[in-house]
Amino acid sequence: MHMADALISPVVGGAMWAATAGLASFASKKVQTNIDSHKVPLMGVLGAFVFAAQMINFTIPGTGSSGHLGGGILLAILLGPHAAFLTIASILAVQALFFADGGLLALGCNIFNMGFLPCYIAYPFIFKPLTDQKPSRRRIIIGSVAAAVAGLQLGAFGVVMQTLFSGISELPFLSFLLLMQPIHLAIGIVEGIITAVVISFIYQTAPEILTKTALNKPLDNIPIKPVLVAFFIAALVIGSTLSWFASSNPDGLEWSITETSGQEALQATTEIHGFFADLQEKLAFLPDYNFKSSSAVEAPAAAIEESKESAWPAVDRGTSTAGIVGSLITLLLAYLSGKALQYAGKS
Amino acid sequence: MLNIESNWLNMRLLDDLSMQNTLIHRIDPRIKILISLAFVIIVTSFSKYEITGLLPLFFYPITLMSIGNIPSTLLLKRLLIISPFILFVGVFNPIFDRTPLLDVGFISISGGWISFISITVKLTLTAAAALLLVATTGINPICAAMHRLGCPKPLVVQLSFMYRYLHVLLEEFIKTVTAYQLRSPNGKGVQYRAWGSLLGQLLLRTYARAKTIYDAMLCRGFDGRITLLYTKNLQNHDRIYLAYWLFFFILCRAVNIPKLMGKLLLGGL
Repeated sequence: MHMADALISPVVGGAMWAATAGLASFASKKVQTNIDSHKVPLMGVLGAFVFAAQMINFTIPGTGSSGHLGGGILLAILLGPHAAFLTIASILAVQALFFADGGLLALGCNIFNMGFLPCYIAYPFIFKPLTDQKPSRRRIIIGSVAAAVAGLQLGAFGVVMQTLFSGISELPFLSFLLLMQPIHLAIGIVEGIITAVVISFIYQTAPEILTKTALNKPLDNIPIKPVLVAFFIAALVIGSTLSWFASSNPDGLEWSITETSGQEALQATTEIHGFFADLQEKLAFLPDYNFKSSSAVEAPAAAIEESKESAWPAVDRGTSTAGIVGSLITLLLAYLSGKALQYAGKS
Repeated sequence: MLNIESNWLNMRLLDDLSMQNTLIHRIDPRIKILISLAFVIIVTSFSKYEITGLLPLFFYPITLMSIGNIPSTLLLKRLLIISPFILFVGVFNPIFDRTPLLDVGFISISGGWISFISITVKLTLTAAAALLLVATTGINPICAAMHRLGCPKPLVVQLSFMYRYLHVLLEEFIKTVTAYQLRSPNGKGVQYRAWGSLLGQLLLRTYARAKTIYDAMLCRGFDGRITLLYTKNLQNHDRIYLAYWLFFFILCRAVNIPKLMGKLLLGGL
């Protein structure tokens, strides 16, 4: 569920970067002041542990498939939220750099979805209250599963929202949501169980690790402020993107339907559309965002005029042939220049 | 487990590539980070129906691969692995967006297909940017540059520590998982009965290793502070390199070069 550069807009990516940068400097300050020096290598090595553990396949009993560890909640339990946040950020950075998993601009989104949400939401508000009183094996299992499920549900929702506001994917909000949340429910349960069995193994064999780190130590203060700040920034961005979309920028589908003869093509899918449109009208969360088919046709004339003027996808059929010819030349030139540079470098 | 081993080899390959000494490798890491970010922002800023305008941007990865002596198979292999999820999300575009946008001969291409191709192009470009940054720079210079660019020190220290011990730990993980597999030849993955004990054992060993590392650090005089050393300052060729690429990116964003060339060519005929 790594968010990818190809699916986000610079506005969304930049905003999530800003939110993440703020959180990272907050967490760094906390780590610098609160954590004793032996945690420095511990954080690094635990990060490496989670990184490596993510690659192990765990067979899920009863099914043919296998699950993986995400590690957000596990790190939060072992290190506390601040150090865990930085550790996850470093894991995601290495994945973005070495595996192109996610991407550089989407790194902010990914750290927010997989670092902030489990460490600063799921851990303090779900795992801590469930296990704080007196940790027991049962409580640890319940707490881990609940926190992992919540963390992943929030993360999946984050992916959906970031994709939606970027406007690159045509996947309607509701369909995407209905696709992502159940998948991540399953992933969350597996993740929670793996976390739970590992933590209870540690609880039985080396309980001092847990008592020293997180389980018994009260959270110094639940980081309400960064939580609020991050949400504020996210809300601000969402709001501004939303208004930008709603006002000047006609959605691609809206534009193309009014501009070209797309009605026939759309007729075929009316049944499914109708079903989801009905469903969506009942749930009406972001009414303007999806299933433009029904609303776009009656879109106000002013908006259509505006959309004609703003050269959005700017498709002029006359120039498209020129575009294709030019593209081929560009690619050829790129290839040749690469070969030439290679040759020049060797000689 | 093939997965861990191949990922490990991939990281070591990138490390090896980053040790080279070419024109690109000698550029200041800070400049390379900034250019990579600018490149990704420019690529993602194109509208979702844009294909032609994106193509000149291929000059950037191709130039880096050619001068930096980076094999293109590296990028292509990685793309094969990461593309499924993105293409899964993108493949819905042709389904939901069926309005014809482009005519090629008798075939009419819908907006959905165009935006799908655009996503694929953007994926290739942005993945190339990330991989080439690390393949031409290396993780330690990137960490140092991140700190100099204002990234909080604990995060930078964490990143470099983690990367350093990742290789040690991966070796141990591969051993453990291989041993497990040899004793349970029928299963593809780790059975649920062993979930807790297998990972738990590895976690305990990880803690023991962290303790050893910490003791070793104390022996060498670690007092809780980590000092990062830099030597290089920005040179003129770094500035020229930065200016060159920024100019090129902005040019690509402002002018649709392929369309212009096509028009010139077709107009001339």
